Formats: sequence, C-alpha cells, structure tokens
Amino acid sequence: MIPARFTYLRAASVDEAVAMLGQYGDEAKVLAGGHSLLPLMKLRLAAPGVLVDITPLDGLRQVRQEGGDIVIGALSRFHDLHGDPVLAEHAPLLAHVAGEVGDQQVRHRGTIGGSLVHADPAADLSAAVLACDGALVVSGPQGRREIPAAEFFLGPFTTPLEPDELLTEIRVPARAGTGWGFEKFRRRAIDWAIVGVAVTGTSVSLINMAGTPVRATATERALAEGASLADAAALAAEGTSPVEEPHASTEYRRHLARVLTARALERAAG
Amino acid sequence: MKVTIEVNGSEVSDEVEDRTLLVHFIRDNAGLTATNVGCDTTSCGACTVLLDGESVKSCTILAAQADGHAVTTLEGLSGEGELHPVQRAFRDQHGLQCGFCTPGMIMASVSLLAHNPKPTREEVRHGLEGNLCRCTGYHNIVNAVVDASGQEVGR
Amino acid sequence: MSIVGTRVVRVEDGTLITAGGTYVEDLREEALAGAAHAVFVRSPLAHARITGIDTSAALAAPGVLAVFTASDVDLPAQPAGPVPQPWLADGVVRYVGEPVALVLTERRYQLADAAELVDVDYDPLPAVASIEAALAGETVVHAELDGNVAQANGLAPDGFDDNAFDGCEVVVEQTIVNQRVAPAPLEARGSACAWTAEGRLTCWLSTQNPQIARMSVAAALGIGEDEVRIVAPDVGGGFGAKIGADPEAVLLAWASRAAGRPVRWAETRSENLTAMTHGRAQRNTVTIGGRRDGTVEVVRLDVVQDAGAYPRALFLPTLTELMAPGVYRFPRVETGSRGVVTTTTPVAAYRGAGRPEATAAIERGMDLFAAEIGMDPAEVRRVNFIRPDQFPYRTPTGATYDSGEYAAALDKVLAAAGYDELRAEQAARRSAGEVIALGLGIAAYVEITGGDAGGESGRIDIHRDGSVTAYTGSSPHGQGLATSLAMLLSDQLGVPMDRITVRHGDTDEVPRGIGTFGSRSLQLGGSAVRQAADEVLARAAGLAAELVEAAPDDIELDRENGQWRVRGAPAGPAITWARLAEHAGDDALSAGVWFSEGTPTFPFGAHLAVVEVDTQTGKVELRRLVALDDAGPVVNPLAFEGQRHGGLGQGSAQALLEVMSYDEDGNPTTATLADYSFISATELPDFELVDMETPTTRNPLGVKGIGEAATIGSTPAVHNAVVDALSHLGVRHLDMPTTPLRVWQALARARKES
Repeated sequence: MIPARFTYLRAASVDEAVAMLGQYGDEAKVLAGGHSLLPLMKLRLAAPGVLVDITPLDGLRQVRQEGGDIVIGALSRFHDLHGDPVLAEHAPLLAHVAGEVGDQQVRHRGTIGGSLVHADPAADLSAAVLACDGALVVSGPQGRREIPAAEFFLGPFTTPLEPDELLTEIRVPARAGTGWGFEKFRRRAIDWAIVGVAVTGTSVSLINMAGTPVRATATERALAEGASLADAAALAAEGTSPVEEPHASTEYRRHLARVLTARALERAAG
Repeated sequence: MKVTIEVNGSEVSDEVEDRTLLVHFIRDNAGLTATNVGCDTTSCGACTVLLDGESVKSCTILAAQADGHAVTTLEGLSGEGELHPVQRAFRDQHGLQCGFCTPGMIMASVSLLAHNPKPTREEVRHGLEGNLCRCTGYHNIVNAVVDASGQEVGR
Repeated sequence: MSIVGTRVVRVEDGTLITAGGTYVEDLREEALAGAAHAVFVRSPLAHARITGIDTSAALAAPGVLAVFTASDVDLPAQPAGPVPQPWLADGVVRYVGEPVALVLTERRYQLADAAELVDVDYDPLPAVASIEAALAGETVVHAELDGNVAQANGLAPDGFDDNAFDGCEVVVEQTIVNQRVAPAPLEARGSACAWTAEGRLTCWLSTQNPQIARMSVAAALGIGEDEVRIVAPDVGGGFGAKIGADPEAVLLAWASRAAGRPVRWAETRSENLTAMTHGRAQRNTVTIGGRRDGTVEVVRLDVVQDAGAYPRALFLPTLTELMAPGVYRFPRVETGSRGVVTTTTPVAAYRGAGRPEATAAIERGMDLFAAEIGMDPAEVRRVNFIRPDQFPYRTPTGATYDSGEYAAALDKVLAAAGYDELRAEQAARRSAGEVIALGLGIAAYVEITGGDAGGESGRIDIHRDGSVTAYTGSSPHGQGLATSLAMLLSDQLGVPMDRITVRHGDTDEVPRGIGTFGSRSLQLGGSAVRQAADEVLARAAGLAAELVEAAPDDIELDRENGQWRVRGAPAGPAITWARLAEHAGDDALSAGVWFSEGTPTFPFGAHLAVVEVDTQTGKVELRRLVALDDAGPVVNPLAFEGQRHGGLGQGSAQALLEVMSYDEDGNPTTATLADYSFISATELPDFELVDMETPTTRNPLGVKGIGEAATIGSTPAVHNAVVDALSHLGVRHLDMPTTPLRVWQALARARKES
C-alpha cells in the first residue's frame, strides 16, 4: 500500500530540522529510520502533510562516553547499538535489547530515537532506557532540554515533545559490570513483546504492562528491602494496568510479568 | 522531486512523487522487477535489497531517503554468467519453490553472511526471521545459507 | 543409468535466482502498455445494508477513469454455490472484504487515494461471526436459505443412531475446532487484461488452472472459449486458493472491456487476508467407541463447515466425511456434515482441502481413546490399522484405498525418532518436576490425490533438431513439475534434459487441461506426458525400421545415446531423433493424449512430533518433526522432499500459530501480516524425513500425489504432542492453534478441576 500524499523535506542540521518543524507545526512529522512511521502511513493510519527527514544528520549517529554518562545519538540504529563496544561495556542491557528489536533488516534502519519518540508501550528499548534511568535530550527553538525517561512516556504514543522539538540524544549513566537481564515473551521471533522485562542491577521495567513502559516499583522496593528474587518477582504486576487482547488476557499478562521478572532477575544476579 | 540512486552500479535518476517507496523506484524507475512486494506491514521481507551494503526492506524506505545512496538488488548480485555463492546454493539445495520470496531471501542471506560468515543453523534461522516463505518450510533455505557459507550441510 | 529417482536441481531455478520470476505484476507486455490500474473498494463491515454510494468525489479525483458499482455490472450471476455472490455487493454486504466498487485510475499511486473517496453509507446489521451464531439462527444471512444451513449431508444433524455406541466398553467424545486459516501465498492475487480490436481477450492471471479460468471468464462474459486466452505466468504460490478464476479476475476482464483499455490489478496483502478465500474452518465432533484392548468398534464424525458468507466449496465437508475412517479398519463409521453460512470471508480449498480436517479429528480422537484406556497411542493405532493384505480396501464411507503399509510406516518413524528413549526421557522429566515438559505426538494418515477423477492432457513434439517440447495441462507454480517431467522424458526418450522444454500455463499453447490442485499433477500430468511419449516411441520405431530396413519389432532405442538401432547390432546403423524427425516430416513425431485414471490414489504416512512446553508461560517449541510420507516411487527426491518440507511447515503452523480470527461483530482481528501469525524460520526445526515407496497400480508411473500429504500428517502430530506434553498435568484436550495463552489457560483449568 502507498502513503497518502505529503511533502518531503530534508534537514541538513538540527537547527534546520527544528525550524522546519516550527514552520509546519502539527502537520509535520520527523522521519528518521521510518520503521514506526512509514508502516502506519502505508496503512493510512497516519497521514502527515510534511515529513522532515533527518536521516542525513550523521552527527546524531554515534555512541560516546561523556564523564559518567553514555551518550547515544538519536539516529543510532538498532544494529549500530547492538554491535557498539562502548555500549556493550557500559550499558550492556541496551546493547542486547537493540539486537532483539524487529529483524535484521529492521535493525539496519530503525533508530533508537525514532523508537522512543513513537512511544509504543510494546517497544523494547523504551523499557530498557527507563530501566537504565536514562534521560532524553531534546532540541527546540528555545534550545536544549533534558527529560528523564521516567517523565517522557505519558501514554500510548504520547510524549511531552512539542511539535517543534527534536530528540537528539539519549543519556544513560555508565554502569560497567552491572548485572542485567532481559526477557521478551512473544509467539514468534518477529512479534512485538506480549510482555517483556528489562533488568539492570535492581532496576526493573516492564514492557506492555500499561499504556507506557513502567518500573516494577513493588519489586524494586522489595529488592531494596532484601526480599528474595522470587518473592520480589511475585510483586511485578502490582500497580500495572495491562490491556486485554485476543492473544493475551490481562490476567495472563500479569502472570507473565511475574514469571519473566523472576527469570530476568535471576539472569541479572547470575 | 528528483531522486538519483545508484542501482547495481548504474545511476538511475528520475522525477518521482515525494511518497514514492524505494521498492517502486527499483521496479518502475530502474525497471528491475526481481524485488517483490509481499505485504504492507514490513513483515515478509520479499522486498529486501541491500542499501549501502546492508539488507533493508525497500517497502519501508522512501526513494527520497535513498537519494544519493547505492542499492543492490538480486539482478546486481552476480556478474555475467557467474552465480553468487548464495544464488548457487539456493539452487543446489532446492532453497526455493515458487520463487516469490527468493530475491528478498537471497539478499537477506547475503547480508547475514556478511555479518556472520560461518553461522550455525540456529543463527541462520534467527538471521532470516524477517523473511517469510510459504513453500519450503525453510529447511532447504537454511541448508542453502549453510552451504553458501562453505560449511558442510549436515542434513 | 536412469536419471529418474536421482536428485536433479531444478530447470526452473536459473532465472528465479538471477532475475526473479515474471509474476503478473512484473509483466511488461506490449499489450498492457497504457493499462489502467484497478482497486476494489471493500466492505469494512461484516453485515450491513448499503443505503447509498456516492462516487462523485472519487470520479473527480486525479487520474480516476471509472468507478463501477453493482448496478453497472451486466454479467450473469456467478455460477458457484446455493447463494451466488454478486460480482459487486448489491444492497447488502456480508463480510469484511466483500467487493463493493471497482475503481480504475491512470496510475497505481492514485488507487488508494481514489478508493478512499468512494463514499458508501452502511446501515449495520447483526453479524453472524461463528458456527455457533450460525446454528443459533437468530440472524439469517441469506433470506433465500432456510436458516443458515446451506447444505446437510449424510446423517447430519439428527440421523445418527442413538444406540450406535451401546455395548462399547469405552466411549470418548470430543469437539475439535479446526480453525480458519488464511492461505496467504506470498504472491497475493493479481491479473492483467487486454482486449484486441477484434474482441479477443487475454488475461494474465495468477492461477493454478488456466483452462478452468478460461471457462469461467468466457461463460461470465458470454463469449466463446476460443475468444479468451489465459496465461498463467510465474505464480507465487497458490495452496488451493488460486484455483480457477476468482470473481475479481472476471470482473477485471469485464471492466477492461467496459473501459476500452487494458487493466491490471494487484491485491495488497491486507486486502488478501480478508478478500481471498480462507481454508479449514470446521467444527468437528468425533466419537470413538471400543474395547479396553484397544479395538475400536464404532466411530462417528459430525462435521460442521463454516462456509463463510457465500458458500463456494461445499465439497470440503463431504471430503472430510469420506476420509473419516483414516488408516483404520473400523467396522462401523457414521458421518454427517452441515455447511453453514456466516458473515465472514468465504471458505474454499487450502492445502489438503477437507482431508486434513478428517485426519485431525480422527487422530486427535485416537489419542483420546488411547488416554482413556491407558494404552500407548502408537499401540492403539497398531491394533486398528488396515493390514497390507486387505488392499484394495473399501472403507465404510465408500473410498477404495489402493495400497498401503500403515503399520510399517509408523514403526519406521518411531524407530527413526527413538520413540522408546523419548518416552523414557519424558518420564524422567516428569518425575523430576521439570518446568519444560516434553510431548510426543503421533499422527498416521491416508489422503486422496487426483480425487477429482478428471484427467489431464499431455503432448510431445520432437523437432527436427532432435529437441523435445512437452506440453502439460498441469499448471505448476513452485512444485518443480517441469523438472520432473523433463526427467521422465529424458529417461523415456534418451534425450538429455537440456534438450527438453516443458510448456504450460498458456491456453493458446495448451488448450486442454485441468491444472494443479489435489496433488494431481505428477500422477495425472506426468502419466499423460508418459503416455504421449509412448505413442511417439511406437511411431518412431516404425519410422526407424523404415530407415534401416528392418522390422519394427527388431528396432530398439539406445537410451544412453538417444539413437535407434537394430536390436543386438550395436555397431550397426544408428538413427538419431533429429534424423528421424527430419524423415518423418511435419508433426509426425508428435502425440497428444488425455490421461485419466478414473479413480484416485491414496498416499499415506506417519509423523512424530516432539515439542517442549514451558509450563510456566505456556510457550510451545517444536523440537523435532520426523515424517514418513509414502507417495509411491519418487521421480526427483529433491522436489519430493521440498514438497514434504513445505507441507510440514504449513501443517505445523496451523497446530502452533495460525488462525484467522473475527471478533463478535465479524471484524477480522488478524487482517495484516503483522497480526496473522505466518510461521517463520525461527519457529520450525530441521525436518527429519524417513523414506518408503509403496506404488499404486492406478497409473503407469505408480506414483501418488505428494503436494498436500505432509500438511495433513503434521498438524495432528504437532497438536497431539502439545496435549501429550501437558497430559500429566491433567490436560485432556485444547484446540489449535496451541498458543501460549491457550496452553496457560488449559493448565489453569486442569489445576482447578483436579
């Protein structure tokens, strides 16, 4: 299928992208890897009038260490992240999760920034960045601002980004040597997670257990209080609000969250 | 807009609608029809080509995004009269039946082997998770990729 | 040395791996220059009255050439079924995906824009989205039917003998849902049409049966068959769902005539998942009565076929009834079937078409019977198998099986798999209380190929350069038949493979034929070509005798060298095929035949599936699939194995993953490939094939069909394995697909009941 008509603009710099977004407002969408946006446009579930292509902004496609932080350019592709040595050392959870998204071809094009901004509650990397206590750096007409991941996901496909703001970087604290675990439960390798769990150290976040990625706060609190992994995992579904779907009932999702959290915690500890 | 893409080593330049998908540029503007469209949700991989050497699904990329870049399709894989090892292996191992998924499957396999020259059977299966085939049950496709990698085909 | 029976790489592949095939969308024929593009506007509702269609905005959109609705179409009613589907919905829509309007545009990129502008007003009616809703009959889908039952066969629904199971020591009964699946060939449907100035039509069509398609198109358009040429170019899979010409293809030919220009149509995948016919969609109740020693005495199969909104293939439940006895010498079998209409996509053939449903019911039933009497499922089957000395075997449902070695097939599979060791491992895991449970599933099957009892055409021409062209009425689309036929002819005529061309798919070249379905192509198409070659050989012997001045009986073909010689005189004069063709003159070394068996053949086999089930999450992993599929002598093992692999993949997919679902309002919930769980390489294991060849006497090649067989065996094998893995936890049955949610729910239910 073919998207509805739109005007294609190509930005040569972050500033130019911001200016273009400012000019077209709600009508415009940012095009990065396009792997969240174009499928929706082809099915005509989205029909933006203007696309601002930021793919050429190579400066946003890199990973570097900056003091105690790892800085990930928003245009870094899943495949880049999966093979990145800096990430592998300092944020191995993210490197691993990036290799679990979609399939080979999708990983060659899809970008971390695109995935986060799309804010699909089923997205793997959103939950992983949340578990890592990451922050999202945004450029707009007023300059840069930093939004903690915990405040970035407002609801399904909803973020605090203004129409003229562009996500440029993701910053996560460097945590070399921290144990991590990731469980993504799906029917087929290429499916989105029915439920997923990302663990780094004692931080636990859940995929698809609410309208946004969420921290398993009851589990984290129990761990902090010295509970066993199994006892802590049994609390994983507390405070969540998973949706009911034909292939995954609410109750089943809660059950999976508990089972998968136990497994991810064991892996992180092991 | 005007788009110029190097397709199989030759520059193809054409005026297209902004919304033109790369797969249609390849088929209609470059006139190369091996690359097929099998779905509309980036699921099946039939449209897989190499973009700057890496496998991508050309139904989910705008021609405009490939402007100034290089694309390789099935037609550009082998030289005159000589098969690429992956092509040869697909034939020798009977890794295709109706042939519709084959161009995408071969291009995805080429990319897989570029990243992992000696994959295990399990790694081949995972590497091709984005390419669907309705005919072969995948068994002989796995054989073909293992064969193309120069490893013994166990089964 | 004979080439037949050796692994020959396919002659089809050279182009497919270098330039890709030429599917309908790839055609760049002169005749299609300037073709308009077509799109169907389809119903978004399952059941609704159309209160108005406004086409004005669409007609005013850029590039729009025409918008057709029901009142524009002046074709006679569709011939199929008790309630024919209108070409375009006429007043009422009855499934999501039903065509409502046809739009033609100058360019392809204008299609979806224009289709969005066709404004259809709907007044919703209650949906009938399941067999249960259809049988409840609160809403009647077609006023011209009495209720929603379009066909009742045999003893259904009320004719079963109340006392049939009296005296049985054990009776088990289970209702089994054989879920609706989407055939989803990777190339969706497509066609392209062009009329000549003289009024002759050419349709390039992605079809399994060009000659049948020609008949339908000609009849609908009211023109002679010789005024229609159908060409099946490369076809990207069919699996039964591309039999003949679909209504869309007929309508496209009509629209091309109405618009006065060539038209082409390519279905999108999301369109394909609701607009192409679906498969399976049965609810079957199997009842088995017998003795505690494992002997089955009575079997009953009550079939309900969901035929969808407009029944097109009510032979499906009939075929399920026919095959209900399976591989067993059951003394008494009673069957009945009903075909019901629902407000869903019409159901028709899909790889196996009626037989997989029978096998699934009986093989699941045999496992339930085995579990009830505490006997190993392999042993229960052995007790009841038809014995080799009983063939030809006439079943209580009226089929006459030609040949079979059912017990041997199962024993070979169990030996190859290491069945006893697997059972020991299963017991050990169970007593250790492992989270990952092991399950073993057996299915023994017999199926019917060439079951339509029609024939097939074959023709051979030997040219003056000694090369050979064979024409077949079969219409292969991935099976490798061209290679198999060339192998047969090479063997028979002593002509190298590269001097033999096999032609098919163009009705101008092959005017007579039936095409490909029901696994008929090699047994009928192959036998036809063989018979044509026999005729040529007989004539050639006479001509060669003339040339060497010997009696025809003294002449023989040296197949190693492709030369005719006097018997016993290897140094004597040798006549090549080229010389013979030259001598014979135009068309003399040609023969065309129509081969018919009159009666089908019955391939069979046994499969063993090994699964691991995560009892915490419900996830099923298929670990091994060991399969014996006996279809008689094998012409090309490479292609034969390929057909089996494909069947194993597709059959497993139904057991594990695939289902075409509707919500209560009749909205499909799996209408894109992102939602429909098409199986991928990661969900399947390497297949383990076991060989056995039991020939039939019903054709000169001794072969049976192999296209569908492995699909039929693998679905119940995998299904049984999943249930077996959970049996120690109290699970007796769960329906397909055995998704994680279903498994988890079955375990939860079993825990509650225990």
